[in-house]
Amino acid sequence: MNGVTALKPVEQKNAHLSCKVNGEPAQVSVMPCKTLLEMLREDLQLTGTKHGCELGECGVCAVLIDGLPALSCLSLALDAEGRAIDTIEGLAEDAELHPLQSAFADLGGAQCGYCTPAILLTSKALLDKQPNPTREQIREALSGNLCRCTGYQQIFEAVEEAILRISQAEKQAAAGTG
Amino acid sequence: MMRLPRFHYFAPRELGEAVQVLAGEEDAMVIAGGTDLLPNMKRRQQTPRTLIGLRNIDALKRLRNGPDFTIGSGVTLTSLVEDEKIKSDYRGLWQAAAQVATPHLRNMGTLGGNICLDTRCNYYDQNYEWRKAIDFCMKKDGEICWVSTGSKKCLATSSTDTAPALISLGAKVKLVSANEERTLALKDLYQDDGIHYLKRRKGEILTEVMLPDSSGLRSTYWKLRRRGSFDFPVLAVAAAIEFDERDNIKDARVALGAVSSQPIVCATVNEFLQGKRLTDEVIEGAAALCAKAAKPVKNTDFAPHWRKRVLSRIATYALQELRGDDMRETRKKIARQYL
Amino acid sequence: MSNAETLSVVGKPRTRVDGADKVIGRTQFADDIILPRMLHCKLFRSHVPHAHIKSIDVSEAERHPGVKLILTGKDFSNEYGILPVSQDEQPLCKDKVRFVGDPVAAVIARDEFAAEEALARIEVEYEPIDTIADPIDGLNNPAARLHDYSEEGNIHKRLSYEFGDVEESLANSDHVFEDIFFFEGNTHLPMEQHAAVGLLEADGRITLWSSTQCPHYVQRAIAKALDVPASQIRVIASPNGGGFGGKSDPFNHEIVVVKAAMMLGRPVKICLNREEVFYCHRGRHPVLMKFRTGVNNDGALTGMHLQTVLDGGAYGSYGVASAFYTAVLQPVTYHLPRYAFDACRVFTNKPPCGPKRGHGTVQPRFGQEVQLDKIAEKLKIDPAALRLNIVEKPNALTANYLKIGSIGLAECIRKVTGRSGWKNKYGNLPEGKGIGIACSSYLTGAGNSIYWNAMPHSGVQLKLDRSGKVTVFCGATEIGQGSDDMLVVIIAEVLGIDPLAIRCVTGDTDLTPVDLGSYSSRVTLMMGNAAIQAAERARELIAPAVAKKFDAEVGSIAFANGQVFNVSNPGQSLSFQKAVVCAEEMHGTLGTTGSYRPPDPPGKYKGGGVGPSPAYSYTAAVIEVEVDGSTGWLTVPKVYIAHDLGRAMNPVLARGQVEGSVYMGLGEALMEESAFRRLPARLSNALVHREPSMLEYKSPTSHDMPEVITDFIECPDSNGPFGAKEAGQGPLLPIMPAVANAVYDAVGVRIDEVPITAEKILRALEDKAKGKPGRVGPTSFPAIEWPEPFRVPPPWEGGDGDAINKPQRKRAAKMHEMDQFRKVVSS
Repeated sequence: MNGVTALKPVEQKNAHLSCKVNGEPAQVSVMPCKTLLEMLREDLQLTGTKHGCELGECGVCAVLIDGLPALSCLSLALDAEGRAIDTIEGLAEDAELHPLQSAFADLGGAQCGYCTPAILLTSKALLDKQPNPTREQIREALSGNLCRCTGYQQIFEAVEEAILRISQAEKQAAAGTG
Repeated sequence: MMRLPRFHYFAPRELGEAVQVLAGEEDAMVIAGGTDLLPNMKRRQQTPRTLIGLRNIDALKRLRNGPDFTIGSGVTLTSLVEDEKIKSDYRGLWQAAAQVATPHLRNMGTLGGNICLDTRCNYYDQNYEWRKAIDFCMKKDGEICWVSTGSKKCLATSSTDTAPALISLGAKVKLVSANEERTLALKDLYQDDGIHYLKRRKGEILTEVMLPDSSGLRSTYWKLRRRGSFDFPVLAVAAAIEFDERDNIKDARVALGAVSSQPIVCATVNEFLQGKRLTDEVIEGAAALCAKAAKPVKNTDFAPHWRKRVLSRIATYALQELRGDDMRETRKKIARQYL
Repeated sequence: MSNAETLSVVGKPRTRVDGADKVIGRTQFADDIILPRMLHCKLFRSHVPHAHIKSIDVSEAERHPGVKLILTGKDFSNEYGILPVSQDEQPLCKDKVRFVGDPVAAVIARDEFAAEEALARIEVEYEPIDTIADPIDGLNNPAARLHDYSEEGNIHKRLSYEFGDVEESLANSDHVFEDIFFFEGNTHLPMEQHAAVGLLEADGRITLWSSTQCPHYVQRAIAKALDVPASQIRVIASPNGGGFGGKSDPFNHEIVVVKAAMMLGRPVKICLNREEVFYCHRGRHPVLMKFRTGVNNDGALTGMHLQTVLDGGAYGSYGVASAFYTAVLQPVTYHLPRYAFDACRVFTNKPPCGPKRGHGTVQPRFGQEVQLDKIAEKLKIDPAALRLNIVEKPNALTANYLKIGSIGLAECIRKVTGRSGWKNKYGNLPEGKGIGIACSSYLTGAGNSIYWNAMPHSGVQLKLDRSGKVTVFCGATEIGQGSDDMLVVIIAEVLGIDPLAIRCVTGDTDLTPVDLGSYSSRVTLMMGNAAIQAAERARELIAPAVAKKFDAEVGSIAFANGQVFNVSNPGQSLSFQKAVVCAEEMHGTLGTTGSYRPPDPPGKYKGGGVGPSPAYSYTAAVIEVEVDGSTGWLTVPKVYIAHDLGRAMNPVLARGQVEGSVYMGLGEALMEESAFRRLPARLSNALVHREPSMLEYKSPTSHDMPEVITDFIECPDSNGPFGAKEAGQGPLLPIMPAVANAVYDAVGVRIDEVPITAEKILRALEDKAKGKPGRVGPTSFPAIEWPEPFRVPPPWEGGDGDAINKPQRKRAAKMHEMDQFRKVVSS
């Protein structure tokens, strides 16, 4: 029968890999057929990374791989070897929310909160690369993240508010040290 | 959670290793960005027992100037979009790459992967369970092509964005296997068969794309799809034209995407344009010839008759842009963004 | 109840109470729950659309390594379903499958890999039954019956009502407009896929975590399906990653994991994949509608006869209510002196339709608003002005006995027309550019419970202690809309304390008083009123204790800014915490409750229970479009929307609800459709969802979303907490018709069906160029033999809210002339 042959397992033992997760070294023992998404959620219990289709069609599972937004559902766990993975759990610095996080919470950027981790990480990568993006650049950067709740407008505004907050914090820091 | 079937994984650092493994393994496939293959594997459309990862092979990730401009097949679409030379000299390729899927998928997906993109079909790009409910189809596990039940061959649609653009730019590709290396025009890599859409031989890896010198060449790519991101093209027009100093066409190459099982090279259009100026009448004539060449079938988003009907408009936009018309607002409406 | 000036929390833009959890990824959705020794469940689903199950062989699957248990239909006691009149679902199909995706068996294994491998080893033998692909099939082939309990053949339910002699009104009208519309089905597509975890507690009781909008109804369904007392079942609604109505039914997978957990003594989790979410569905019904509307030269409506046919899918779900909702709210928006409607829901072999945002009212709202545009054109009246003239009056009782409170619709219309520059633009934009208007109204909570009872619809409990902390308990469910925040806003306002001093416990049938769930836009109003009562009762405990301490009158004790003070002597003041200490000293341990039950509806006729609501929200939208005449390509650059929500409790969240509704409305207007694929009948029986994926079911991306200009019209309703009405569903309704009307303004063609696509626009333009009517849409409505209507005279014709006849339910003849519907549905 088709089903059985299609699903015939290749017997395998777990693979071991080393990578960096949220800035800390991690040693993971994982089934070789798992994606990074499965590894994060199931083997590292970092359930802040969500999933909406597992086929690369919604953007909900985005994490940063070596600083770039990528879909964890279409990344092999094995390819995480030697790479730096950032998830939502690592975005806040200690007890302090990242300005993107506080702006999203304050301005309605998160409704149900399910697409939020991926959108925050994608926005973070955008601001790392382009600290003062236009609305059109924000729109483009987030065009791989579906959100069913907000209609995106409050998300754009939250990113823009975060940019302001970051620059204000930088000015204050500069004034403090100067 | 959609799960991958189990597989053996090799992640060589050298191309030589990769082709050796590929030659030696039964039922092996190469994987670069994974954005095409992994969904297919999760849906059990493709179930290789062995995967050979190409992402650690640095040699495939280079962009090189020379007599030709050479792009390694492992260059990500994002790297392409960020390359200034491509943006200025190979505009059509830049526009095509910039419109593939989403920023996330472009960070992962490679040029080689997009060129070799599996053909797509609404009857095929479905979960195993869904395909079982239609008793499968010719492309995988079944007998009939449900798009046209009398068809002897699979009608799945070529959905690559970069290939039509590259073909219009006169790109060649290099294929390397354990025993040989060959170069062929990209247009000759494809054939009109939804299953055997690539004339790649067993054991071959596409390693490089070579673009001829672009001086004097203007190029463009217009993609039509329902949404401003995510979606594959339902039709695409790529065009590259070389003008002489009096704006007469020295050489024109128009290629169509997503209206056949392979990118269509519009030879009739190219001949028609030769030596002409891009007047409104000439553009109209060329656009009509484009529409004639297209063979959309009912296996993508949007109805085929509409796709065929509007193809001439999209071709018109492409040629108007090459003439130097300001097409930014039209582009914004079609692409939902300025490009 | 209070003026905006005196409010300190209500109406202020605030960070939602659960905002921080959401942005750090700590909000625990159902699939994020990981328990020790947890097993995983996958369902074996039918791959045939309609068949008797002859045999199920699970023997090979049982032997597969890692498999712990396999369940089939025989392991379950009873059928269940959300409505008492449609108890037609089984946890796993016993004898019959009714659509591709109907579950037949469940595998519980050590992980999803093993479960999935075992699924492929289950063999089911089917005996096919004719496929019912759409309502015509259903009516023409009553023998291939999906359910024995249906009214007749595959007719699930027919409704027929007459509020005054509509035919007479039409005969006496200056004009009668007859229009037919079709609204394609679509689905909720929450980003979170449904998930559930069942757990057998050590004492034998059961806990279920689930992404459900209605834990109370799930508890009832489990009790029934498994023959377990409800008191033994705890259902915890995990925060939902979007609901939109798609998680309001009890689902087979929830009951299956509970059963498995009970048998295995280990936690069992299921998380559906995206394709399975499409099979849960309960989305928007495809509806064919016919409007016959009488109008006088001044634009006044004289009467309306509306007929609807609903493609129900394979099960009842909320379908009987959906059928009512395709008609009952028409008179709430504009004054209709006489009204009649007929509705018919038909079973088909597709995933069941149910309640999606705007439940049932969205489809006829599209029809009516487009028809009004046609009326305005014919009468040469500006469509905004025409609407302004016929807006229903505040505090009206409609022809079908719905009691309206506040109506801010006229203000909404003025706001959006002013904002958009309507007067200068309408009819004056260059060819290819257009502007359209539409309005709507929606319920603020269904006036009746799903099952009849005289108990509260929402209960709130407060616990206060000497720490100054207030804990509030309520069964309401956080689905993203901000129900926890509404609860906190209200308690904080009444007690005069900081929202951060309040902790919420919600959506847990063990810990929280019953709230019926997050559906029908009921939470803010119903939970809110219960919360006000509970908080006021807490004040009644605290005030005497503080008065005693101050030696003051109880009546002069006030609560504000975290203080409890004497208004006659403002120097006398205690912190809220110290005030609670006084109260605890006086009364002992402190706790209060509040509850809410909507007012009894004035309509006493059978069926009059669907439609009443404590308050109705109102919306107007103006939408600009650009249409390319050579391709039909449609672009929406701007949306203006004004929504009468009574009061914006937290404007940040209210705006999110309005703009989210606009987003979803645009998806429906432009691209979303739950379409089905039937293969050539000579080759196959198959009937499958055409695109059960996030890629091919088109949800607009950030590039596709236009600028939205949002205004609130605050027209407080005396039934709403602080005057508040709903904001999460109503604003969706005017979007689709406003787009259709704008397309007409742009290029002069009528798209009388949804979605409004480039293909349809181009077809209409080509027809128009050939001298045919520039219109795409259904052209005929089937001749259905409707039952004798309930005749209920409107209030102004001496009616008392009851029917004057006792209709005998006739047997219906076959439906004829359904070909148009077939063409539309199966194209």
